[in-house]
Amino acid sequence: MTKTVTDVVCPFCGTLCDDLEVVVSDDGKQLLEVYNACAIGAEKFLHSQAEDRLTRPRLQQEDGSWKDVTYDEAIEYTAQMLASSTKPLMYGWSSTNCEAQGVGSEIGEITGAVMDNTATVCHGTSLIAVQDIGIPHCTLGEVKNRADRVVFWGCNPAHAHPRHMSRYSIFPRGFFTGKGHKGRKVIVIDPRKTDTANVADVHLQIEQGRDYELLDALRVAFKGLPLPDVVAGIPKEQIYEAAEVLKSGRFVIIFFGMGVTQSLGKNHNIDEAIAVTRDLNEYTKAAIMPMRGHYNVTGSGAVWGWQFGFPFAVDLSRGFARYNPGETTSNDLLRRGEVDSVFVLGSDPGAHFPFSSVKKISELPSVCIDPHQTPTTAVCKLHVPVAFVGVEIGGCAYRMDNVPIETRKVVEAPEGMMTDEEFLEKVLVRIKEIKGE
Amino acid sequence: METVTLTIKNQPSLYLEADNISPDAFAGKSAENIAALHAYEGNTQTTLGDHFEISGKGGATATETRIIVNGDVSKVKYIGMKMTGGEIVVNGNPDMYVGAWMQGGKITVKGNVDAFAGTGMKGGEIVIDGDAGNYLGAAYRGDWRGMQGGKITVKGNAGSDIGTFMNGGEIVIGGDVDVHVATHAEGGKIVVKGNAKSRVGGQMVEGEIIVFGDIEVMMPGFIYRKDVDLEVDGISARFALYEGDIGERHRKRKGEVIYGKLYQKY
Ligand code: SF4
Repeated sequence: MTKTVTDVVCPFCGTLCDDLEVVVSDDGKQLLEVYNACAIGAEKFLHSQAEDRLTRPRLQQEDGSWKDVTYDEAIEYTAQMLASSTKPLMYGWSSTNCEAQGVGSEIGEITGAVMDNTATVCHGTSLIAVQDIGIPHCTLGEVKNRADRVVFWGCNPAHAHPRHMSRYSIFPRGFFTGKGHKGRKVIVIDPRKTDTANVADVHLQIEQGRDYELLDALRVAFKGLPLPDVVAGIPKEQIYEAAEVLKSGRFVIIFFGMGVTQSLGKNHNIDEAIAVTRDLNEYTKAAIMPMRGHYNVTGSGAVWGWQFGFPFAVDLSRGFARYNPGETTSNDLLRRGEVDSVFVLGSDPGAHFPFSSVKKISELPSVCIDPHQTPTTAVCKLHVPVAFVGVEIGGCAYRMDNVPIETRKVVEAPEGMMTDEEFLEKVLVRIKEIKGE
Repeated sequence: METVTLTIKNQPSLYLEADNISPDAFAGKSAENIAALHAYEGNTQTTLGDHFEISGKGGATATETRIIVNGDVSKVKYIGMKMTGGEIVVNGNPDMYVGAWMQGGKITVKGNVDAFAGTGMKGGEIVIDGDAGNYLGAAYRGDWRGMQGGKITVKGNAGSDIGTFMNGGEIVIGGDVDVHVATHAEGGKIVVKGNAKSRVGGQMVEGEIIVFGDIEVMMPGFIYRKDVDLEVDGISARFALYEGDIGERHRKRKGEVIYGKLYQKY
């Protein structure tokens, strides 16, 4: 016999779909099938069932081989490393629940760490822009029910957020959007001919790295002022036309991704895109939203936002929170040699950071907490496997539109495995003992 | 004028935050008292004496105090932070935040500076013989007030994001600059003697930019108005005057819209 668990939340991407159905064995120990999820989401669930999954921590030996250790030994190792560091980097936090992020923040505070999340190589630049000029925001529900002009700028949801278009942005029929796809005009701005561009009404094939200029040109076009003949490889007639399409909508939503956040100008691109959105509100209703990648990167920004006042790159070394991307961001810290130990949880910098930074991590005392074996666990001294959040343990996560959603536990973790939160709690207690607090 | 000389003897293992290296902190203090002033390395408090050989003494006030810093200070941050008067001469390449939030006095660097020099500067003068990093004279994160007064002169090149949110003061770059010059500026003046790349004056509200060399990509929001003759830093020449960023908000004075001004030398 099997049971079906409904309304399961997918802990993979920032779309945080909450309509999955998961079939589990009667004893709740095995996950058998996943329905409604996209391929990458289903994969995440099925991964937890891998035969060769690690269930105990292991320590890298001098000769590069691994030795199994107990959770207690792993807790001791982690606590000693963090407590004896002058400036530890605690990175990741995007693929775990807010509860674990909260305990992690407490550890960061008493050890004087720099807390950084994956926004640092992703949407951190968006967060800088939001702080600089604010953001007209909305929820995905509003998008589904109201948006009739949908812009995808430098993002490709067809691959990175597969169900985004069908659940919220292009295809669904909502309260005021009864015609679904037919009632919406989709504009894609991307130098590449992506699969998302293929379903667009308008594709502006922008010259690489000229987003800031094109956004500025749109603002000029809204005002009906003169433009140069070609901006960012796009003839001015097309820019005026796109400006008209946007102004004539009832509700404009601009989604943007790493194509703009990590290309030339970074935060300035987003700053200008927000200004475009603000300008559009003179004519109609408009909002803008980052396509956040990891399922709970938004949550770690929210947790640190209320604990420290800043959403990423928070330097707690002097006992108060400082934030200055360019200085307190992981890659700058690693490149410049500003930290003396690295703790990673819920992310894989080994796969996403530049090689030089990964090399730095491998040279420092380092601990990685991750259910999977990843390029990061391969270079860290200690690897602590844990239960899968959203599969084997629930907890709070924030969707890309800042809506908190409680994820669900659907199966039991393998016997004796700890969760992120449990492990961090124990490390925190031990650090307090070491520091005599 | 009294002089205090600091010579680095012990390098920090990571980086040293030495915001106490300023005439304001040194004024009225003996070498011994100065050696006891705090510095920070990560979460650990140290003293200036742990890292520097210190001789001389501070003057009665900041204005009467000169500081000379010698040695490899490429891992020392915040030199001259918030200083209100006096003088600092750095014989080396200091790290970030040289003269950040400076209000008065003068800093001379006989080398290069890293990022964030002159952040939120209000007054005084910074002269850099070598190159400057990114965010020269810009606003601190989230602040809408970048450089508000004073003067920064860089003899070499400067990085990106110079004068972001600037609303007063002057920056003169002898060489080239990277992308984003005077973004969001609401005032002030930036002179670039060499070439600029792109995003010059993006989202600019008011202020002046003068470029002697090329601008690789002009912002679409800048329009050519007319030719003008100007004298800049003792050089008289003919410049093309552009106004912008016309996509951005602008106030009116006597019924006329005020734009940022961008002059490019012929
Ligand atoms: S779109 Fe994202 S959240 Fe939804 S099922 Fe796919 S991976 Fe999971």
